[in-house]
Amino acid sequence: MPEPPSLIGASPLRKEGRAKVLGAARYIDDIELPGMWHGATVRSTIARGRIRSITFSDEIDWSEYAIVRPSDIPGENVIVHLIKDHPCLADGFVNHPEEPILLIAHPSKAALLRAKAAIRIEYDPLPGVFTIEESEAAVESGDAERIMWEPNEAAGSATFGSANCFRQYQLYSGEAKETEAGLAKAFEEAAFIVEGEYSTGAQEQLYIENNGVIAECFRDEHGNIESLCVQGSMQCPYYLVHALTVVFNLPEDKCRVIQVETGGAFGGKEDFPSVIGSHAALLAMKCGHPVKIVYDRAEDMAGTTKRHPSRTRHRTALSKDGMLLGAEIEVALDGGAYTTLSPTVLSRATLHAPGPYRWPFLRVRSKAMATNIPPHGAFRGFGAPQALFGIERHMDRVAKVVGLTPEELRRRNFLRTGDVTVTGQKLHEAFDMNAMLTRVLKEHGYHEKLARFAEENKTSPIKRGVGFAAFLHGAGFTGSGERRLNSEVVLRVDKATAGQPARVCVLVSSTEFGQGTNTILSQVAAHTLGIAYDDVYLAKIDTAVVPNSGPTVASRTAMIVGKLVERASLKLLETLRTYSALPETCDRDTFFAATERYFAEHETLRTSVRYEPQAPVFWDDQLYRGEAYPGFAWAIYVAEVAVDMNTYQATCTRFDALQEVGRVLHPVLAKGQIEGGVAQGIGYAIYERCEWKEGRMMNNQMTNYIMPTSADLPEIHVHFEEVPSVHGPGGAKGIGELPMDGPGPAILNAIENATGVSFHSIPLLPEDIFERFTSLGHLHGGSEDIDATVDRDTEVEAPEVTV
Amino acid sequence: MRSDVTQYELTAPTTLAAVLAQLAAEPGKHTPIAGGTELMVALGVGRLAAKSLLSINHLKELRFIRVDDDAIHIGAGTTFTDIRRNADIARDLPLLASSASWTGSVANQNRGTLGGNICNASPAADTPPALLAYGATVTLISTNGTRTVPYTEFHLGYKRTALRPDELLHTITVPRTFAGWKQHIRKVGTRNAQAISKTALACLAKLDGETIAEIRIGAASLADRPLRCTGIEAALTGLSIAKADLEATVRAGRAALAFEAKPIDDIRSTGRYRSIVAANLLEEFLRSLVL
Repeated sequence: MPEPPSLIGASPLRKEGRAKVLGAARYIDDIELPGMWHGATVRSTIARGRIRSITFSDEIDWSEYAIVRPSDIPGENVIVHLIKDHPCLADGFVNHPEEPILLIAHPSKAALLRAKAAIRIEYDPLPGVFTIEESEAAVESGDAERIMWEPNEAAGSATFGSANCFRQYQLYSGEAKETEAGLAKAFEEAAFIVEGEYSTGAQEQLYIENNGVIAECFRDEHGNIESLCVQGSMQCPYYLVHALTVVFNLPEDKCRVIQVETGGAFGGKEDFPSVIGSHAALLAMKCGHPVKIVYDRAEDMAGTTKRHPSRTRHRTALSKDGMLLGAEIEVALDGGAYTTLSPTVLSRATLHAPGPYRWPFLRVRSKAMATNIPPHGAFRGFGAPQALFGIERHMDRVAKVVGLTPEELRRRNFLRTGDVTVTGQKLHEAFDMNAMLTRVLKEHGYHEKLARFAEENKTSPIKRGVGFAAFLHGAGFTGSGERRLNSEVVLRVDKATAGQPARVCVLVSSTEFGQGTNTILSQVAAHTLGIAYDDVYLAKIDTAVVPNSGPTVASRTAMIVGKLVERASLKLLETLRTYSALPETCDRDTFFAATERYFAEHETLRTSVRYEPQAPVFWDDQLYRGEAYPGFAWAIYVAEVAVDMNTYQATCTRFDALQEVGRVLHPVLAKGQIEGGVAQGIGYAIYERCEWKEGRMMNNQMTNYIMPTSADLPEIHVHFEEVPSVHGPGGAKGIGELPMDGPGPAILNAIENATGVSFHSIPLLPEDIFERFTSLGHLHGGSEDIDATVDRDTEVEAPEVTV
Repeated sequence: MRSDVTQYELTAPTTLAAVLAQLAAEPGKHTPIAGGTELMVALGVGRLAAKSLLSINHLKELRFIRVDDDAIHIGAGTTFTDIRRNADIARDLPLLASSASWTGSVANQNRGTLGGNICNASPAADTPPALLAYGATVTLISTNGTRTVPYTEFHLGYKRTALRPDELLHTITVPRTFAGWKQHIRKVGTRNAQAISKTALACLAKLDGETIAEIRIGAASLADRPLRCTGIEAALTGLSIAKADLEATVRAGRAALAFEAKPIDDIRSTGRYRSIVAANLLEEFLRSLVL
């Protein structure tokens, strides 16, 4: 019998692709329920202060409206993430601009505009802190007025937090005292000590579809709340279930959540749906109708989460031949006003801060500071892009000091197969950063360009340069996370019916939001079962039906959930061998024949598996040591840039992305993931800046939040190395976040190569380059001087009337 | 949508005469709307003050490109796409064709009109620098008849124009007298497409040997309105671009620009950046004259 062609590594059409292309896919704003009302959020206009009064103008007939105040909340006034410091509605006090204070609903959407304008809120403002430095300064100077967050027993933050600081970590490359002693010795004996500070800005996810949900609230015959159902655009339906149980004081099985077709997420729909979902459910409870809340772009950009801004400090000791002896690294994140996911973002930043290098002695201290900015949250990369920007810019600086090329410095210090990482994790699975570096520099033409550009730049007004970044990205939840999640996957065989042949259904809570979940999980199941891709489909994501396979985050879907699907498939084969005489070597026909025999004796056929590490994975939360991630993807990205000396605009003109991601499940989707992530990374590096004023995002429009267009992007060449991993299905590892990590440092390294000037912050805009090149005596300069309150060009004023 | 559309009125009179009659009957009450690429954005974000809109989008009499011996006459309702696709404009007025090509997106270009771009009167608008440099005139029409004014006298201040409330912009007329002139235009936007200018410069020069006999410069985002840079023109007219003189000429141009430009800090850029980059663009043009 000929082997059927492998589905692993094939590129079948994506499962939901046809509906999306034909416009048949229904997103949340396409859905109407009978009697549905519309909801809106009344938000704070100041960054911090006491709410003195709320006045409802009598121009409006408020009896037509449902209004939800904190006192209406049946359970706790909390959006639960890791702890409980984040109010569902501000109760007497606001901590950031755009903080939800009241919710209103009405059958007509337009009526909400009038009502919002007729609610006046007065405040007693308090001083706020808006940067990591201001937040630190308040603590250091003991300025009680500017301590805007304190640990709290009731909120569950007493153990870890301190004033203005949500969480701190300390990572040592060995036993703490020995490492400190080793570090002291390393710095004493070092031939070179190199210090540097690097910072990154906030970034908006800019999913195409804004956040939106529809909620229903059901009551029993006595009028008591019986259950809820919230459907919407989201990544992690079980996160919203958890949030609803707290806000409504209901058991999990009474809080049903359904994911509908989701138009992009990038982390922006990981933690935030807990907020908008709880709000819509409260309005549905209050008005007795289904309630839809869909944000417009301006509200979504101003009011929802962004990538955490960061500051990383490096102090590195090296021998005279450029071997790393030791390092002290400090990472600080700006977490915004509430804890949300900052501790886990910080953890990933901490673990990625040392990069892909051997460190005899290393200490990382990290902290997430509180500021009066809307809470920052999950965004593709989740702390790693920030930390990797620091180390990979720093390595170029170190190379310069030591007198080696950036390439040679890295070659001497790369981690290798069998090495032990700074957390004590032995790297069993084969990888070869040196071979990857050789390959990608050749693919890019790096050495030829280095020589040619150096010559051409002498006379050209356009300075060209090349640079690269080497990095790793841990796939799956950090540390003990996967063990705690205890994810479950179910496979079910559907009997043939009149119009439908028998099929296999995959039941997971892993959502599709453009990245290919439906397709790759179907491939894994079909491949393992020996059936066709079209024989498999995914159950609609409804928490009343699907098990909790964990959140759809952290590059874990392919590797962790995919492996569960593979194991469930093997278990299903085993069941059929045991009970229905499925032959040892089977194919599509023998498989479905066996299922028919099974159904002759049984009603249902389903298998379920739970997470088990595929190799010893042990993590000590106290010592912060052990296996940080089940597996790592390895990558080297090369950027070519052109800096126009007339406009100070840096443009990325070619990009090569090489990564080792285990087995590539679906080459077309994988390439798309990398290209999209690189584009997003180029935006992060040289285009996208959030303009803040007193904690408020001022450029919350696509016209002045400058995301690059296709006209701004280079050719992106994607290359893969494939070394199958034991942790993922068919050998696959995670891929989704990886491409966000490399572009920032690679591009800034290339800009230094082009101009001879080293920049340490992203986003790096033409105004920043301009200020460095033309010192005009301004202390701060750059686009920090941009007046974010003025947008003269797009403002439309009333035409003047001549009387 | 941050506006309640039920609070707005949109009327679409069938003829130009009917539009003008309505403007004359209730001056200042109605705002003409053509492609809507500005006003609909304002409506969406809840900032459209004008409550009564008068559509002129469908008026064929405003959408034309007519060429005679001396000039090209462009109807105010002509879209950016019409301009991009017109061979006469491409040949005689390349700066206008270029500026139309980089406005917004293709969708914007299909709807947006030259008249709207001018009457919206943004200091950052794309087509005014070229029209100012070319010495265009504008014909304004009302029930009282028409009047033609030099385009340089149209923009009076920030979003203030010479247009009376009862008037419409009817025709933009651009002379065809630039054969043999050096022509150059460059926009520095926030990105390569769908971008608003940080600054833009449209430059024309007629050389007499190595002497600048005439020079015309129009600029975006260097002042509170689209700017014809007469100060720079005066400073450079008669100067030499001969090798020995070029550096002095460049310095004179940069100095005049620094004096004439009054750009602001706003959400897109800084005044300093705009001034210096505009000077770089001017220098780029002056050096290109030598080649």
